[in-house]
Amino acid sequence: MAKAPAPNPWTKPRGEAIKLKVIPRPQRTAEVQSYVPAFLKGMSITMRHFFKNTKEMVLGQKPDPVLEGLEEGITTINYPEEKRPYPERFRGLHRLTLRQDDSPRCVACLCCSTACPAQCIHIVAAEYPEGDTRRGYERYPSSFVIDELRCIFCGFCVEACPCDAIRMDTGMHATAYDSREQFIYKRELLMSFTGRDGSRETANPRHEPGDETHPGVTREHMEH
Amino acid sequence: MEPLDLDISEGELELPSEPMMLNMGPSHPAMHGTIRIVVELSGELITKADVQIGYLHRGFEKMCERGTWTQVFPYVDRCNYVSPMLNNVGFALAVEKMMGVTVPERCQYYRVVLGELARICDHMICNGAMCMELGAFTPFLYHARARDIIWDIFEEETGARVTHSFGRVGGMAAPPTQYFKEMIRAGLPRVQKFLSDSERLLVKNRIFLDRLEGVGRISKEDALALGWTGPTLRSTGAAYDVRRAHPYLVYDRMEFDVPVGTTGDNYDRFMCRMEEIRQSMRIIDQALEQMPDEGPINIDDPRIMLPPKGEVYTTIEATIQHFKIVMEGIKVPAGECYSYTEGGNGELGFYMVSDGSGTPYRLRIRPPCFAVTQGLEQMITGLMIPDVVPTFGSLNMIGGECDH
Repeated sequence: MAKAPAPNPWTKPRGEAIKLKVIPRPQRTAEVQSYVPAFLKGMSITMRHFFKNTKEMVLGQKPDPVLEGLEEGITTINYPEEKRPYPERFRGLHRLTLRQDDSPRCVACLCCSTACPAQCIHIVAAEYPEGDTRRGYERYPSSFVIDELRCIFCGFCVEACPCDAIRMDTGMHATAYDSREQFIYKRELLMSFTGRDGSRETANPRHEPGDETHPGVTREHMEH
Repeated sequence: MEPLDLDISEGELELPSEPMMLNMGPSHPAMHGTIRIVVELSGELITKADVQIGYLHRGFEKMCERGTWTQVFPYVDRCNYVSPMLNNVGFALAVEKMMGVTVPERCQYYRVVLGELARICDHMICNGAMCMELGAFTPFLYHARARDIIWDIFEEETGARVTHSFGRVGGMAAPPTQYFKEMIRAGLPRVQKFLSDSERLLVKNRIFLDRLEGVGRISKEDALALGWTGPTLRSTGAAYDVRRAHPYLVYDRMEFDVPVGTTGDNYDRFMCRMEEIRQSMRIIDQALEQMPDEGPINIDDPRIMLPPKGEVYTTIEATIQHFKIVMEGIKVPAGECYSYTEGGNGELGFYMVSDGSGTPYRLRIRPPCFAVTQGLEQMITGLMIPDVVPTFGSLNMIGGECDH
């Protein structure tokens, strides 16, 4: 017996009948054909906008481009003297977050460079030197290069990072330079950036190896 | 001395009567996107037109076979770069259809609202650019200002103005922000105001009407035969809207009309888009009303969604799961499927084949513009050179999508 096809949750049964709205043809009335009334009406609309804009310019009542962005009037910004703040979720230039001892949080797991659709991240992983507590526990990037010309600012690297080491919350947009080399951001440059609030902290609570409270040492407090 | 042209007869002094070949595009201001039209002219009448596409071909389908299913999102962003969110939603739905999963209700509403906002942008750009090419620059600026309001909302929600890369298989990249509903409720009346201003400038204007009315006509049968969909098809009188004919997401709960034209000329296409913007606003109003404020956005399936970051940082189980998804991609069951949604210009379809791995085996996009652009040739033959501009403008061909 043939198996009944599984119900597809994707498409839904067609609901009510389609309600049509027929577009009326243009009325060629004398008003339209004589051209003048439409011209006057059009001028009144543009003039209304014109006077609203110039009045604000003359009286210096320019609305705030962000807080009053929906108001009428000119909302042009004198960039770069004035800058519009970027929203919370804005994906700007990358930065590498730091640990307490100012070494990079990154453990060179290559998640970001794998997830990157533009393949703009290049990482060289290295072992910590002999005697370092982190040796054998995790690695570090001896070289971490982002080609900001290739980057498409999709944010997949941030999503792919398992230790909150790379972030795009600097609030800086891609800048213009005069040579291609300057767009290739090296590890030290990426580490020097801070978040837009100036912090270099990460949300990663992972402790250093050897720490008694490290969740890898005892898992009593974990739920599973 | 004898005059030189003594023995030249009268007939030979006339202008040459053979047709003139003229290239429009590929980089002509009116050929938005890059398209080349080779027209054969007799005087100013077009006797033959040859529409050549492909100047923006980037190998979209082949590129998709390189990465994981999630890595396709930035590519679909750049297909229809006027309404990227509709492509994001369309592709996410396609993969979800293949996996047989449905996103939570809140996410469905979220997608509907964002998608409709993108549709408003798409139609505004088309209509605005068309006016501008006909010499009406002011309405274009009003439209651009209105679109800026919507893009500000998008920037706040997704983190980027154009290339959002915001859709994910099984949900969205992030939940709606705190002020999501307020922003849209404050912004849309303003958009509406700009639109009505620009409409009042245009629809009673005789110059504008003369350029549109009866120009670039196409019959319903021809449009259907060419595979047209979307507002361009509806302007000919065929009421096919994927949102109504095959409802997806929560469109079956929304109340909206499908605007249809009667003659299929430039005027009908222009007004269809205008009306669709209003209908989209109606949909957004209803969706915001019905959208729950609480609840999950992403489906609760560890095989599809990345685990919460807090767990990845602290537990090994979540870290392993995270690595599996990032490194190998989401495993889509082997098989093939065709999924279609209503994009900005019509039916946006994705036909995809999976071999069960984390990478698409084959992905084919059915861009609405490709079918629509086919009809341009027969529409402009017999018209004059200046009529090419509004006719082509009203088709809203998007190069990135047409040439995939």
